Amino acid sequence: MIDIRGLTKTYAGGFEALKNVSLSINKSEIFALLGPNGAGKTTLINIVCGITRLTRGKVLVDGHDIISDFRLTRAKIGLVPQEMPTESFETVWNTCRFSRGLFGKPASPEYLEKVLKWLSLWDKKDTKSLELSGGMKRRVLIAKALAHQPEILFLDEPTAGVDVELRQDMWNVVKALRGEGVTVILTTHYIEEAEQLADRVGVINHGEIILVEEKEKLMREMGKKQLMLHLYEQLDSVPQSLSKYDLELTDNRQALVYNYDTKGEHTGITDLISDLRDAEIRFNDLQTSQSSLEDIFVDLVRKA
Amino acid sequence: MNLYAVKAIYRYEMARMFRTVVQSIVAPVLSTSLYFVIFGSAIGSRITEIDGVSYGSFIVPGLIMLSVMTESISNSSFAIYFPKFTGTIFEVLSAPVSYGEVLLGYVGAAATKSVIIGTIILATASLFVDLEVAHPVIMVAFLLLTCVSFCLFGFILGVWADGWEKLTIVPILVIMPLTFLGGTFYSISMLPPAWQTISLFNPVVYLISGFRWSFYENADVSVALSLGMAITFLAACLLIVRWIFRTGYKLRT
Repeated sequence: MIDIRGLTKTYAGGFEALKNVSLSINKSEIFALLGPNGAGKTTLINIVCGITRLTRGKVLVDGHDIISDFRLTRAKIGLVPQEMPTESFETVWNTCRFSRGLFGKPASPEYLEKVLKWLSLWDKKDTKSLELSGGMKRRVLIAKALAHQPEILFLDEPTAGVDVELRQDMWNVVKALRGEGVTVILTTHYIEEAEQLADRVGVINHGEIILVEEKEKLMREMGKKQLMLHLYEQLDSVPQSLSKYDLELTDNRQALVYNYDTKGEHTGITDLISDLRDAEIRFNDLQTSQSSLEDIFVDLVRKA
Repeated sequence: MNLYAVKAIYRYEMARMFRTVVQSIVAPVLSTSLYFVIFGSAIGSRITEIDGVSYGSFIVPGLIMLSVMTESISNSSFAIYFPKFTGTIFEVLSAPVSYGEVLLGYVGAAATKSVIIGTIILATASLFVDLEVAHPVIMVAFLLLTCVSFCLFGFILGVWADGWEKLTIVPILVIMPLTFLGGTFYSISMLPPAWQTISLFNPVVYLISGFRWSFYENADVSVALSLGMAITFLAACLLIVRWIFRTGYKLRT
């Protein structure tokens, strides 16, 4: 659906925000673009949407060039920006109607009604934006972005600063959009959000794409699994007889942490427990945990 | 052509005017009426006729131009500056619209407002003084040319300004003195010869002179020259706007 090839953006001051970025986004998928502040996420989105000019490279949307065929490409895209710019003195209905017209669609009160009802904004349709709460303003921005029935929706940190309940609502909206065939590109600081929603994950840092992978595969391949054994008695150090295992002693010396590979043929847990018994190390509890997407993300960014 | 977009911008901007009808229409009409009362009736009654026209009637074209120019600049500069200030400009920049369509929407709406104000002031003036329009077509042509040109100028100002001070400083420090010294309240021929020459470097002189000619067939400079200067100003503004859009100056990074 979106094909980005060798995209570079150098700002007037010489700062290179994007460095030869290549990325393909499939139709009807939810793609989460993760990266720390200043990584280039918003610049990338702004270029595809036509707000920022590219320095080098090519961007195709549904096979059309974003510069020579800008009318075709922009009509397919809706954008919910990171900030919450709203026309303070305009009503929700008028501002959505404006967005639809701006993107070249004839008036459709029925469709706008459907969108506003779907986003729980129908009872606020005659309310001015400045009288709305932050969460409601965020919904208005989504309604505006959907007003022209886009095939692609960019959500630039859509749940930043919204409460948990609203975030959950937003997630449901995004899932429903995917169900209707809309391609969703999401940037977020909440890795949990990407973990919940995304089909694929891309990580960008210092203007470079570090990784693009299916979320499930990424978590399977890069996720670590740990077994924590809570000991009866403190240990001074990991005994020599257990050195063949990837074991760490916690700071309070009250637990042993065993890192193991879930993909391996043998996890080594049975052998470890047997060897612990031989070494007369007793434990009174054990637990396993798997690293989250956040752990993977932090690890990737640190390495980069 | 994305006519829906042009219509959306135009309608949106016109709605803003009707939302702020006191500021948009009542305020300029009131201030111009005060000029009529003070200069037309109170002081004007003690001033002799100028080129066979009573002073009250003489100042009408100049006052219409004064209002139309300042309102055109104010309306269009605010129309583009406010979305820049609030950040809502992102929507226009990401929409499938050409620069011409954006311009048509914003400048078209601002020019419409100015024409409405000019017409209301003309109607108001007829309540105070005797008015005659010798060349209505030329009058409308000058009015439209001035509205569109100054709306384009205001658009340029709104794009250029990166703060409220900059937005107001040009109308106050440049446009206001030029309009007051452009023959709104007097004929250039009433000035000493040196000042007459200096006045000819003021582009507003040509607009007011041409507009006044369409009423009373009296002009400080020839109508053809006035029309030429008005078209030159319009062309210069269009060229600057074209450059702004081609380079993305202060709109796109």
